Amino acid sequence: MLRTEKINYSIGKKKILQDITVDFLPGEFNMILGPNGSGKSTFLKIFSGEINDFSGSVLYADKKIGTIKKEILAKGRAVMSQQPELSFPLTVDEVVMMGRYPHFDFNPGKKDETICSEVIKRMNLESFKERNYLTLSGGEKQRVQYARVLAQIWEKPVEGFRYLFLDEPLTSLDINYQQEFLQIAREFTKNDTVLIAVMHDINLAVQFADKLIF
Amino acid sequence: MLRKNKFFFPVLLLLLFIIMVLAIAFGAVHISGENMLGAIQHFFLGEKPGNIHEAVFLQLRLPRVLLCAITGAILAVSGVLMQGLFRNPIVEPGLVGTSAGAAFGASFVFVMAAKMSPEVKSLAGPLLVPLFAFAGGLLATFMVYSLAKNAKRVSIMSLLLVGIAVNAIGLSGTGFMSYIARDPQARSITFWNLGTFSGASWLHVFIVGSVAAIIFIISLRYSKQLNALLLGEEEATYLGVDTNKLKRRVMILTTAMVSVATAFVGVISFMGLIVPHVMRLLIGSDNKRLLPASMITGAFLLTLADMGARLLLAPAEIPIGIITSLVGAPIFIILLKKSNVLQQKGGYNA
Repeated sequence: MLRTEKINYSIGKKKILQDITVDFLPGEFNMILGPNGSGKSTFLKIFSGEINDFSGSVLYADKKIGTIKKEILAKGRAVMSQQPELSFPLTVDEVVMMGRYPHFDFNPGKKDETICSEVIKRMNLESFKERNYLTLSGGEKQRVQYARVLAQIWEKPVEGFRYLFLDEPLTSLDINYQQEFLQIAREFTKNDTVLIAVMHDINLAVQFADKLIF
Repeated sequence: MLRKNKFFFPVLLLLLFIIMVLAIAFGAVHISGENMLGAIQHFFLGEKPGNIHEAVFLQLRLPRVLLCAITGAILAVSGVLMQGLFRNPIVEPGLVGTSAGAAFGASFVFVMAAKMSPEVKSLAGPLLVPLFAFAGGLLATFMVYSLAKNAKRVSIMSLLLVGIAVNAIGLSGTGFMSYIARDPQARSITFWNLGTFSGASWLHVFIVGSVAAIIFIISLRYSKQLNALLLGEEEATYLGVDTNKLKRRVMILTTAMVSVATAFVGVISFMGLIVPHVMRLLIGSDNKRLLPASMITGAFLLTLADMGARLLLAPAEIPIGIITSLVGAPIFIILLKKSNVLQQKGGYNA
């Protein structure tokens, strides 16, 4: 599980987050809702470890976030942030394979290849896996990034939980893909995954979430 | 796309071999295949070269072509690494000040040591020159990076502008050093600022070659992490990469190999821009293939350019930097045009 204790964070004199204590349990679909600028994404960045200068503590299964090595964390935790940008041409399957990077040393193993093709199939990306990522539309890019993030934590870890954090994952998607994305995320919660998504569409949130945080 | 073609690397290597043999054969003195084989045979039997052609091959042509190929590989690989580091395709050691800083460091110690005593000078050649080049290159690169960095972003505009300034400092420093050099043997300003392989020796080949070999192997180990960095620093961190450590190491490695090469052959611009650009079009951006492909192609192209430098106005020799800039600068302009740097106000993330 993931626990945040008394998180306080301010930029300059502006208080962004105040005394936030939450438990995120595996098996639940946790959604964080709020209007623009309310600090949702900042909160996500804090418990992901991207922002360090906050007060309070973030615990991954009782371990403080600062004490866990990034390489270890990356094996069981995937984060999809808002707009990953890429300025060089890479193919779709190369981007998805990046999700497996924490799991192999230099060359991907058989298991990594299998997982990638499973994810690509699940996300219906087979028809354009050889295409250049830069030529895709916004929604297509988002699907590829989602596939990359899923590939990272596709298999159950030997011990501990999996963590999947999604920061506004649905922004450029058609309605059918929005449902699809959340459906896939939901499947993950069945298997000991701590799932947290930052959302702003309250209708979709109510439909899928177990726990809503405003 | 060639990215999965298994003949790609063998063909590339074959082309490199062919161009190297041609570069050895043609020059002020023509060297036949017979001479080459004869010289190698004599060398391994521990005998003296059979004739003047064999001697030219062993003492002049071969080290020159080897140094040239190694330097080409270094410049191309450093281009790939720097572009990965800054996450931008229009960066290379000649533009961000590395080469100019290294040339200044090298010329500084070269001239100063000559002023002290002949003993110091003979020691300074192989040891101090690359070391000071490294110090100068690192200082210049670091200066450009930290001056161009604004909060978390490195805008390509400011990078290029600061690069111009630091380049100017480096070049004028080098110019000053050549000006005050009393030693008639001291190399001219043309040498440092335009580059040439005319002084190549086996010692240079060994020094530059061993540094290059070590750094190539290390940078290949970083190819996966560098790929992750293409997604952005935040993404790379989530994939388990310590981005600050990676950036620091790659910057030091790149500067080290560029500096050592620059110490002996001077500033050669634009190779680090042309080669990665062409290779990305052919095989994509995965560093695991891009690095070795750029290495071989860089060696190929610089050998070709050096052949041009020797033959175009033979028996006179054109500084090689003139040729690479003449070909590279238009490509640089095309890249600038394509990336909209000329229109946009903001910057890229780095």
